Amino acid sequence: MFDLLLFNIRTQGVKVGVGEWLVFLDGIARGLVVDLDGLYQFGRSILIQSETQFDSWDIAFDATFKGVELEPDISDQLLQWLADAQAPSGPPVDLDMSWEEMRKLFYERLKEQKERHDGGNKWIGTGGTSPFGSQGRTNRGIRVGPGGNRSALAVAGERRWSNHRADTQLDVRDFQVALRALRKLTRDGVPELDLDGTIRKTVDNGGDIDLDFTRAKENKVHLVLLLDTGGSMDPHARLVSQLFTAAMEVQGFRSVTTWHFHNVPYGVLYRDYRTADRVPIDEVLASMSSNHRLVWVGDASMAPWELFGRYHDGPWGGGEGRDGLNGLSWLRRIKEMCPASIWLNPDPVRYWAHPTVSTIGAIFSMFPLTLEGLQDAVRKLRSPV
Amino acid sequence: MSGFDRFSGSEMYIADDGLLSSVNAAVALERPLLVRGEPGTGKTMLAHAVAKALGKPLMTWHVKSTTQAKEGAYTYDVVQRLNDSRFPDEADRDVSDIRAYIKMGVLGRAFQAEEQVVLLIDEIDKADIEFPNDLLRELDEMAFYVPEIDETVSAKFRPITIITSNAEKELPTAFLRRCVFHYIEFPDRERLNKIVDAHLPELPSSLVEAAILRFYGLRKIEALRKKPSTSELLDWLVVLARSGASPEEIANRMPFLGTLIKNEKDLDTIAARKKQGLGLA
Repeated sequence: MFDLLLFNIRTQGVKVGVGEWLVFLDGIARGLVVDLDGLYQFGRSILIQSETQFDSWDIAFDATFKGVELEPDISDQLLQWLADAQAPSGPPVDLDMSWEEMRKLFYERLKEQKERHDGGNKWIGTGGTSPFGSQGRTNRGIRVGPGGNRSALAVAGERRWSNHRADTQLDVRDFQVALRALRKLTRDGVPELDLDGTIRKTVDNGGDIDLDFTRAKENKVHLVLLLDTGGSMDPHARLVSQLFTAAMEVQGFRSVTTWHFHNVPYGVLYRDYRTADRVPIDEVLASMSSNHRLVWVGDASMAPWELFGRYHDGPWGGGEGRDGLNGLSWLRRIKEMCPASIWLNPDPVRYWAHPTVSTIGAIFSMFPLTLEGLQDAVRKLRSPV
Repeated sequence: MSGFDRFSGSEMYIADDGLLSSVNAAVALERPLLVRGEPGTGKTMLAHAVAKALGKPLMTWHVKSTTQAKEGAYTYDVVQRLNDSRFPDEADRDVSDIRAYIKMGVLGRAFQAEEQVVLLIDEIDKADIEFPNDLLRELDEMAFYVPEIDETVSAKFRPITIITSNAEKELPTAFLRRCVFHYIEFPDRERLNKIVDAHLPELPSSLVEAAILRFYGLRKIEALRKKPSTSELLDWLVVLARSGASPEEIANRMPFLGTLIKNEKDLDTIAARKKQGLGLA
């Protein structure tokens, strides 16, 4: 009977597996859930494994049970009967009744009931197998009286986890976690004593100590950030600076370097564009090895001539384009020399229809600058080119 | 709902319904409970509270960056044995008995215990990325195999397992699927008041109120790298009470800010906001 919930939650993109689903059903069969609030909490703790998916759970839960729980006018006396609820005993009872029928029946009972009932199967009471009341054994019903503090649907409907969603919320720490996955550990570090090896060799040696050394693990990856700066990138400054902070603080990379450009690089990259401290691209490329990973950050949208034009002598190009290469060719050249490159675009994907964006997207794999986008990008960078 | 011990919070540990539900689900289903949340929201405290409330001993495995899954189960002290075999006169145990050199780790001791224990695996995300995967069988079957003596150590009583994580690393899906998951939210004002009351009942409420107001104001500043947490608030309150600060002083000057904010850049951020006359609350 919870099939709809499973369907709804999977529609939300949460991959609930058969294993968890069985545990969930098992928990219900064992009577761990007595009301909708319990179902909300219990289901979430079993089926959802990250707070980033809580919002999806809220949406699915809300959609599944909307209109199920009621808040009718209930007399104080009735609530008092229910206040000291009897714990249920005996196996849970399966009720074959639609929510609609149940709702009708509930209001009928509410009108007729005159006294306290515990353990019965008809009236609003505690324990028992009536679908109405508190602490009952039925698999579903209308809870009246003590239970959670707030109704599960009110909680679900509030959707207060929406800012935890992985596809929107980002902070420096999230970026760091994603970037860290780029590490490539190899045994190239300083020599250190290999205890297991020493023991093996010592035993082979008839008990006379024979030392064995191995090299410590070391991360070989150099991370290179290439940031589009100024102009249409200004609204994204905060996001980019978070990525920048994360990259600078994440530990374990052999090196992290940052270069700036505007729209596309024309022959030079800027160490600091305010002081115009710049280095020819060829020089930058010459220092790169197969362990360099390039992460471009830019919105890739510009006037077409800025990408396809043969030369650009604005404040950013500095005239270096005069040697005949346009922005597009520079991008191709860099990609060729350093294939482990990806492009992060802070603009939402729906704006990517722009011609310069699709042209650049054809050279570099392009990902949105979101946590999921960065994770995908890192995965792409890790896979062999 | 019967047949298992139920946790309903404790005097010192104020839990919300969701957390109680998760703890009890984990206990009833005999699955590990994975607790995540901001630092200082009481993840580790939870295990202590559960152990105390259920009257069961607590065993803690503090995970470090170098921790290996096997260490939790057992270690075989080969070096000591080798040494003892070369210098038998100094040996304090029987070199021919391999068991004398096998030492159980926290998991091993929890499995061998003569009663059910609460097992806390603290900060699991500190270890290597593969660490949780290496624990799958141990946590699933509550057993591990010791090849050195060809024996399987399995739990006499499945421990109530609580695992905490700060989300420094993503945990593997296979591992997550075996856990009951709970995310400890930062407490709202009402619950925070209760928590403060439970820990520091003797403080005057005017002081607590002024401090909490300030505290939430600080937490609202988006630019802070590390938002102050509950445990820092408690420290701050103790300092404030000892120094005899008045509620007005707390509201206007925020003395002993260093107790709350431990990052230099964050202190700068707050100083700058003060200068600009931006409100903090």
